[in-house]
Amino acid sequence: MTCDEATVLLHALLDGELDAGHAREVEAHVATCPRCAADLRQFRQMRQAMSGAALGFAASPALRSRIDAAIPAPAVSTPRPAPVATAPSRRLLLKGFALGTALSAAAAAGVVVLMQRADQEQQILDDAVSAHLRSLQAGHLTDVPSSDQHTVKPWFNGRLAVAPPVVDLAAQGFTLLGGRLDYIDGKPVAAIVYRRRAHIINLFVAQTADLERGAARHATAQGFNIRRWTEQGLRFIAISDISADELQEFGAKIEVAVRAGG
Amino acid sequence: MMLAGRRRPAAARDVQCGTMAGETDDPERARRFRDAALPHLDEVYTLARYLLRNTADAEDAVQECYLRALKHFDTFRGTAIRPWLFAILRNVCKTAFMRRGFSGEEPAEDAVPVWCETPETPEAQVLRSRDAQSIRDMVSALPDAFREAIVLREINGLSYREIAEIVGAPVGTVMSRLARARSMLRAAWLAAEEGHDDLR
Repeated sequence: MTCDEATVLLHALLDGELDAGHAREVEAHVATCPRCAADLRQFRQMRQAMSGAALGFAASPALRSRIDAAIPAPAVSTPRPAPVATAPSRRLLLKGFALGTALSAAAAAGVVVLMQRADQEQQILDDAVSAHLRSLQAGHLTDVPSSDQHTVKPWFNGRLAVAPPVVDLAAQGFTLLGGRLDYIDGKPVAAIVYRRRAHIINLFVAQTADLERGAARHATAQGFNIRRWTEQGLRFIAISDISADELQEFGAKIEVAVRAGG
Repeated sequence: MMLAGRRRPAAARDVQCGTMAGETDDPERARRFRDAALPHLDEVYTLARYLLRNTADAEDAVQECYLRALKHFDTFRGTAIRPWLFAILRNVCKTAFMRRGFSGEEPAEDAVPVWCETPETPEAQVLRSRDAQSIRDMVSALPDAFREAIVLREINGLSYREIAEIVGAPVGTVMSRLARARSMLRAAWLAAEEGHDDLR
């Protein structure tokens, strides 16, 4: 590989967009070329500095309400049913939303409507979305921030009745960020957090009575992709705003690693 | 530097047309749209701010984007709504640019100021962290096509394929634009760092 080719391709390497074969070629070139190695190092530093800084902008409340007003309101001016009959977990959930931003309030309104048709599956999907949304708010992502699986896994000891598998997928472009305890369908679950580029993936793991292997099913809710499966008495739910293909890849890799790990 | 005053009344009229359009008053459809699209408002606004480099224009563009998205929500078939919203926003921004009398043409890939290229970057040079505002300024100073690529990639976190679909260019072009954008950014970064060192 020449420097000219590598100059462009090392960006694809940096972005995790190269297949294994090309990645090896670029890495082999970088290993022998100080010039390209320096480029890769500097671009990596720049990238790290950028991902660490808050470069986004927040829409003003005025803009948000202008847009909100332009979308026809749900259930035309009918008072929303009071959530009297809801389970404690749901009340907790809504309370969490009430503390959030106007965005969360809008999402909570959606959650209330959705919960009226609460078959359990739907309930679980909704809870997964809500837990995911909450985790994205500042300071809620992890209770144990660590990229080391041997730190994250033991943290769940004594906090959950099961030991969730924690898999290191850094080599495949999914960075482990840590873990936290969350609630889905009123039960405590392990939330293992990964990052793909700038996207967060929450992998929820909970005990299930179902010991058979359940093939992966895909769903979308509120613009998020969700992949669910069961394996070895554990129920897995992966949720993220990455594309369905990438989430499929993530889930498949977790499945393989879990099966290999016992 | 931008045109805020004259265009706002037009945008306001658009809003009213939008809410009165017949196909937007199905409550179930509106609810689905709200759930799917509103959580991404900040990200859409971020892209608008970087593309238009002006708060008032960005707000108008985002509002117009959401109205168009709601109107055409039936045509959204994918599972990823963000790239779809970004593509709509991009079209809105292009229209805004043309209203301003800018040429709508993409800048030629090689029409880049000479200072942007640094063939002789010292290999040992370390790029230190900088505060968010400085980085925003450096990104905002990039030429359109490169700014767009770097924002979609580094800030909105899209894949090459998604960016290629949004900007209507092959994946290879996206990759080379990103390479150029990062080189320019690095040059600005190092120049700022030198300036910083001189002040000490």
